[in-house]
Amino acid sequence: MTNVSMTVNGKAVSGEIEGRTLLVTFLREGLGLTGTHVGCDTSQCGACVVHVNGEAVKACTMFAADAEGAEVTTLEGMANPDGSLGTIQAAFQEHHGLQCGFCTPGMVMSAASLLKENPKPSEAEIRDYLEGNLCRCTGYHNIVKAIMAASGQDVSSMAAE
Amino acid sequence: MPKDNGIGASPKRREDVRFLTGRGKYTDDIQLANTSYACFARSDVANGVIKSIDTSAAEAMPGVLAVFTGEDFVEVGGNPAGWAISSRDGTPMHEPKRPVLAHGKVRHVGDAYAAVVAETPEQARDAAEAIEIDIEEQPAVIDMAAALSGSTFVHDEIGTNQCFDWGWIEDNREATDEAIKNAPHVTTLELINNRVVPNAMEPRASIGDYDPGTDEYKLYTTSQNPHLTRLLISAFVLGIPENKLTVVAPDVGGGFGSKIYHYGEEALVLAAAKKLARPVKWTASRSEAFLTDAHGRDHVTKIELACDKEGNFIAFRTETLANVGAYLSNFSTATPTFLHGTLMAGTYTVPNVYVNVKTVFTNTAPVDAYRGAGRPEATYSIERVIDKCADELGIDKIEIRRKNFIQPDQYPYTTPVGLSYDIGNYDALMDTLERRLDVAGFEARRAESAANGKLRGIGINSYIEACGIAPSNLVGQLGSRVGLYDAATVRVNATGNISVMVGAHSHGQGHETVFPQVVAEMLGIDEASIDIVHGDSSKIPFGMGTYGSRSLAVCGSAVVRATEKIINKGKKIAAHMLEASDADIELVDGQFTVAGTDKSVGFGDVALKAYIPHEFPLEDIEPGLEETAFYDPANFTYPSGAYGCEVEVDPETGKVDILKFVACDDFGNVVNPMIVEGQVQGGLGQGIGQAMLEVGTYDADGQLTNGSYMDYAMPRADDMPQMVVDHSNGTACTHNPLGVKGCGEAGAIGSPPTVVNAVVNALRSAGHDVTHIDMPLTPSRVWAAMNG
Ligand code: FES
Ligand code: FES
Repeated sequence: MTNVSMTVNGKAVSGEIEGRTLLVTFLREGLGLTGTHVGCDTSQCGACVVHVNGEAVKACTMFAADAEGAEVTTLEGMANPDGSLGTIQAAFQEHHGLQCGFCTPGMVMSAASLLKENPKPSEAEIRDYLEGNLCRCTGYHNIVKAIMAASGQDVSSMAAE
Repeated sequence: MPKDNGIGASPKRREDVRFLTGRGKYTDDIQLANTSYACFARSDVANGVIKSIDTSAAEAMPGVLAVFTGEDFVEVGGNPAGWAISSRDGTPMHEPKRPVLAHGKVRHVGDAYAAVVAETPEQARDAAEAIEIDIEEQPAVIDMAAALSGSTFVHDEIGTNQCFDWGWIEDNREATDEAIKNAPHVTTLELINNRVVPNAMEPRASIGDYDPGTDEYKLYTTSQNPHLTRLLISAFVLGIPENKLTVVAPDVGGGFGSKIYHYGEEALVLAAAKKLARPVKWTASRSEAFLTDAHGRDHVTKIELACDKEGNFIAFRTETLANVGAYLSNFSTATPTFLHGTLMAGTYTVPNVYVNVKTVFTNTAPVDAYRGAGRPEATYSIERVIDKCADELGIDKIEIRRKNFIQPDQYPYTTPVGLSYDIGNYDALMDTLERRLDVAGFEARRAESAANGKLRGIGINSYIEACGIAPSNLVGQLGSRVGLYDAATVRVNATGNISVMVGAHSHGQGHETVFPQVVAEMLGIDEASIDIVHGDSSKIPFGMGTYGSRSLAVCGSAVVRATEKIINKGKKIAAHMLEASDADIELVDGQFTVAGTDKSVGFGDVALKAYIPHEFPLEDIEPGLEETAFYDPANFTYPSGAYGCEVEVDPETGKVDILKFVACDDFGNVVNPMIVEGQVQGGLGQGIGQAMLEVGTYDADGQLTNGSYMDYAMPRADDMPQMVVDHSNGTACTHNPLGVKGCGEAGAIGSPPTVVNAVVNALRSAGHDVTHIDMPLTPSRVWAAMNG
């Protein structure tokens, strides 16, 4: 067992880990931050996406030890300081961008990193960027719409009706 | 102006806040003190006799608390099938025992034969790998036709791989055969409805807990129906008294059918928790999910359509082999029969219909209901053979359907396969589809595509489903071993806010938002003061859960009935308070009012009075304001729809692009349009996944060759076409109080034939003599169809 320290959602944290402990396991089991999900064992579903030093990372592909000293943001860190939903979160609610909610942490965290790189993505760019995020409720239409809306773009043409 | 409260409004989903902030509570998120962890040892061969299992090395490993094998469960019961189906000759189906852990034999890759419980998940996994098993391997039974003629059996004790040979309706058989023999035209089509792996994003998980002080058990589990799971465990598997077992299905990350069923892992964690007097937790890996969740579809079908030269239908005859896998999952015998055969008249007036289904045991994962469950298979067969028939006769695809549609003045319409459709309007749906897909402009768009070197095709489909599952009297006659009502308790608290305890379970459907809309509408109060309680068998009445597009039609009806009782009692209390007769009291906008006067008392004051019953006429009215209703539907509901899409095929590569998909559905009345749209989009996505990408494939040795997301093609954001969802043609269901029909499965039912019809149409437009391509329509299959 070794000790690891990092900053998660602005708070300094540390814990005992095994060498093989994954970042996602440390977040969920070590810190009780269960907003980050595990949907696969081949790093393909994207339910576990968090930000490490500002980059979107699949937390199931990284050892906790490798996040020593890093700044980590999870879904729990995406709300506004007053606790209200952040822009992307609010857009997901507004546009029904989640059903069962299991893929949602990864969708929101991927969306945040996309919008950082590309503040006004086209619909095609969003769909392309979400290549690594699976939603079996298959609510992609509204996920894409929510991300468009969060970027301040008009989504009226995406109305399903 | 759109409403912002009650029925017809689209309020934002209240459950979203916790999911969006990471405060959802899925089973794996629950961490009880002193938890231990289970890991299962699973067979890597498909069929074999267990010679010996040596657990001694595993038992000696660090952190190991207990090791279980099939031997530990020989005394307990098996996981049963929920429907008893008889063969055509009257013999009952074969129903081999499905044990908690494999005993004597392993029957599919992934079949669990042992389990380790240890202090940590890693220790459990390490120890599970140290279990030694000696298996005498037998040839795997995989192909269904070969399974029926071969001499290797999945269950040796029954001496056949056929579970049953079912005819529906057997009395129709001769007349149908005769009609087909004499028909001016018969179209025959053989097709495969591909096996899909459900893949809810949340893998299954279970936590067993036991309190030696009270002898009470608690199971947290990823279930669509906690009461059903409790009943199965209590009455059939472990024999734990029902009143000593609580089953909690907390937030559940999607089910699509796969989480209806009770699985052996749930029984194991309960038994282990008792033995160790500690909580025992198990969470499936995705690999385990691929191997052990009940898969869907997997039919091989020959369908014949007989008609006259003008395309008027005379008969449908279907022969289907339906895979049930290695063991009978809970609904596996109903899915290919009563959810499939009964729908084989579609939306059409066809006098003769006969369906034969043989269910086959194979050394593969169990197969059961997956979004749509039987109804997609029926729709696919019917709608594909109609297209082929239209091509043979040179009749327009829309015209041939319209010609045979059941007409609005024919309801209630009894089909030759035992259902009575209450209402619908298929021409109206087709009219809307023609308009929204701009069918008239198709040829111009086809020319444009051709100019770009692409083949454009159009696909049309008309589906019907039987939802609102199900009238208990009817399904009881058909072999169901359970009732399929649902239940709700409306508890008005003293301070006037309301808890509604429902038997339905929400795992993406938004019940926490929708059910309050119904109650708010009826009581005339703000829906924000109404909360839903679901998922905990100790808190909710005995309801049957969520599947078969039943939540609103069945449980929602129970909510209505219970709320009506609240209103009636509230009127009595108000009458007492207002010194009037209860017959004169009406409830308007949350006020109990003496009709024709300005005397009234608010809903909240009545609630308070119910709990502070001073000067109460106790001989007439009991204190309290809480009512329960069980609702058993009088009939199925019959959502229907006209679907259409346009595709472009690249003739060089066989790659298919779906350009636009239009879904026009009749769901009856709609309570929350936003959620209905989301449900349809999701269903379309899954159906398009089945049509274009997905197939679970076993090789001859019984290995699932695509058991991970590296190999199994899941639909992704860029696989989804532009979607138009229209539900403007609702004809209100005639027999439930909300007039609703259910919307969860429609998209998955209606989309596969639409897509395949469009691709075949595209290829034929370029002169390829293609009549059918089996799903999924991968580029290589489409290319082969053009060049084969
Ligand atoms: S858990 Fe699936 S990608 Fe990380
Ligand atoms: S919302 Fe259920 S998996 Fe995406």
